Amino acid sequence: MAAQDIAVENVVLQTPIPAMRAPASGVSVIGRIRQIFFPTLGNSIITLLCLAALFLGLRPLLGWAFIEATWSGNGAACQAHPGGACWAFIATKLRFITFGFYPPEDQWRPAAMMGLCLGMIAVSAMPIFWRRGLLYAWGAVFVAMFVLMYGMPSITTPAFRILGFDVPAFTTPGLTIHGTRQWGGLPLTIMLSTIGLVGAFPVGILLALGRRSELPIVRVLSVAYIELIRGVPLVTVLFMSSILFPLLLPEGATVDKLLRAQVALIMFAAAYIAEIVRGGLQAMPRGQFEAAKALGLSYSLTMRKIILPQALKIVIPALVNTAIGFFKDTTLVIIIGLFDFLNAIKAALTDPGWLGFHIEGYVFAAAVYFCFCFTISRYSLWLEKKLAPERIR
Amino acid sequence: MTDAVHQDEDRGLRPFPAGGAIWNNPQVRGWVIQALVLAIVAAALGYFIHNAVVNMARVGVTSGFDFLFRPANFAIGETMIPYNSADTYGRAILVGLINTIKVAFIGCVLATFLGTVLGVMRLSSNMLLSGLVQAYIEIIRNIPLLLQLFVWYSLIQLQPGPRAALNPVAGVYLSNRGLVVPSITGDTAQWIVVAVAAAGLVLTLLIGHLNKHHRERTGVQRALWPWALVLVLAAPAAAALIFQVPFMIEVPHLQGFNFRGGSTLSPEFTALLFGLTLYSAAFIAEIVRGGIQSVSKGQREAARSLGLSPARTMRLIILPQALRVIVPPLTSNYLGLTKNSSLAVAIGYPDLVNVVNTTMNQTGQAVETVAILMGTYLALSLAISAFMNWYNARIAIRER
Repeated sequence: MAAQDIAVENVVLQTPIPAMRAPASGVSVIGRIRQIFFPTLGNSIITLLCLAALFLGLRPLLGWAFIEATWSGNGAACQAHPGGACWAFIATKLRFITFGFYPPEDQWRPAAMMGLCLGMIAVSAMPIFWRRGLLYAWGAVFVAMFVLMYGMPSITTPAFRILGFDVPAFTTPGLTIHGTRQWGGLPLTIMLSTIGLVGAFPVGILLALGRRSELPIVRVLSVAYIELIRGVPLVTVLFMSSILFPLLLPEGATVDKLLRAQVALIMFAAAYIAEIVRGGLQAMPRGQFEAAKALGLSYSLTMRKIILPQALKIVIPALVNTAIGFFKDTTLVIIIGLFDFLNAIKAALTDPGWLGFHIEGYVFAAAVYFCFCFTISRYSLWLEKKLAPERIR
Repeated sequence: MTDAVHQDEDRGLRPFPAGGAIWNNPQVRGWVIQALVLAIVAAALGYFIHNAVVNMARVGVTSGFDFLFRPANFAIGETMIPYNSADTYGRAILVGLINTIKVAFIGCVLATFLGTVLGVMRLSSNMLLSGLVQAYIEIIRNIPLLLQLFVWYSLIQLQPGPRAALNPVAGVYLSNRGLVVPSITGDTAQWIVVAVAAAGLVLTLLIGHLNKHHRERTGVQRALWPWALVLVLAAPAAAALIFQVPFMIEVPHLQGFNFRGGSTLSPEFTALLFGLTLYSAAFIAEIVRGGIQSVSKGQREAARSLGLSPARTMRLIILPQALRVIVPPLTSNYLGLTKNSSLAVAIGYPDLVNVVNTTMNQTGQAVETVAILMGTYLALSLAISAFMNWYNARIAIRER
């Protein structure tokens, strides 16, 4: 076919193609809203459905919680507004819910204990303070916490001479002794979680090291303990401690109920921490062990100075997640009759003057627990970014 | 330096006895440590067992599992097998175990469905939907499960009585007596329909298999859905008409003060199921999201460039790779749900822990009942782990 037989109109367009419509502008406010929420038809429908669900769900909820709510008054005032929440119940009962059955005149002590504990946790959360002095500080804080909650008889020091000065005898002011039966509320929850985690941490590390040990008996015992505790619910471990422990002790010896629950919580947390630490230990390259051996370091020096600092740093996010789960698990002590925060709210709900405000009490408890747990989870993200920014994907 | 005497040293083994002090020899130290550990554990165990025996004898409780054959003398709120208070403790514990398995199984299935849907929604490009689901997940994950169970239980108890029950869906009623759902009547003739449906399902799977072979031979995909429609839906319906089987679904209706027909799920079971399902679904949603996000974007782009539709991409490319990442944490989630079902004791649902607790209070056999409890939960955990490990091995992608 000769080239001049092909007409130029069959090869080259004679009229320009009309310009396409410009894409939706994302510059103006309307444009950005349209881009984010209404880009395609399907997405627009989903947005409208979500907005409808939000509107239908949130409006009655906000109405119940804020607009029609009763903020002060007594039970009768609340019964007069059945469509609204009764926050007066929380306001009136706040001291009981927070401190449980602790005598009101001494409630500054649990409050001081909580402040001390939370302050210490805040200090420990910052990597700047991670040094040996922190351990000693924790020891002192534990002693202070126990003295504050339990009390101390007033001690009279004798008069003595030192360096030529006469130091007169003085009596320390005593703190009234309040047995563990009276401890309750939020201080008890915080105490159970903190002592549980701090106590379970060394036990968990020992178990993890034992599970990786080459000595068969140590390994078998560690594996048996970890698998047994991880395979059963916490309720079972609490029952075991509260029912079984008195049987295992000689006749007449009693163990405090709170101590039994605390030991059960420590045993439970130790198994989970052991698995997490074992994961960190497995992630350590063999070269670290070999280099330590080449330097002639003993097992304990290797672990203390070389392996554990690195392994623990790797697993800190998992440990903090365990801490959140453990804090929520302390609510289970309600089953063996301890008055932690949740049980204090349940007890407050049995007041005959304030009947039927279960939902308000539980929503308040949920808000408090949410604040604590959400803070810890945000802290975990912050810590992960600070310690290993290269691992964030 | 490898002569006959020293060659073992190169492998890290030392001949025994060797040069150097005997207390520095790592083998000797190992033995001494193990002997010490064994002695301490044995001594502690012996001490505790001795105390337990003495204490139990003092209280007059005989050790041993004979109490399982004594009559229980307590009633159980809801049972799947026939039980009355004259039955043995063993049977009561069996009832509790069945209740636990029932709530754990249904909870796992529902939580998986809901969690998968939520996980996929969380990945949606629509910020509002994704944000709503994220808010839900954060709220549910940061509130203790026990508190959520209490909330659900209180909400159900606050409902009006059966006469003013809520009717969210046709045939489902929610009142403070529990959730009433339509049930399948157990007429014997209906087994014909069930058998036909089961046979139809097997045939459909077989035909699907044959279609797969055909596609691999010729590249043409034959549609399966007409076969499924005919064999699994139309054939049982035809069988029902031919054999004049009465209508299978029994819809509850209000009669007098309560509902007749249908099956009633007790308030405790409903609260436990809702709480466990919603709680686990939040965790499963995060697991599913992590799994799907772990598949690199290049896979999706390659599938698109090959012309696969989004549905086919998800089913054939994304999900098999995502499942590898999803199944191990999903296993621990299922185990967690089974163990969390033990919280039923706090709201009064008669699960295993509840029944064993009552048994313990009545008989005083602390050691045996705690052993039963821990042994049963260990067996359940092992069974679930074994099944999930088998499934995990099955879906593993065989690389070169």
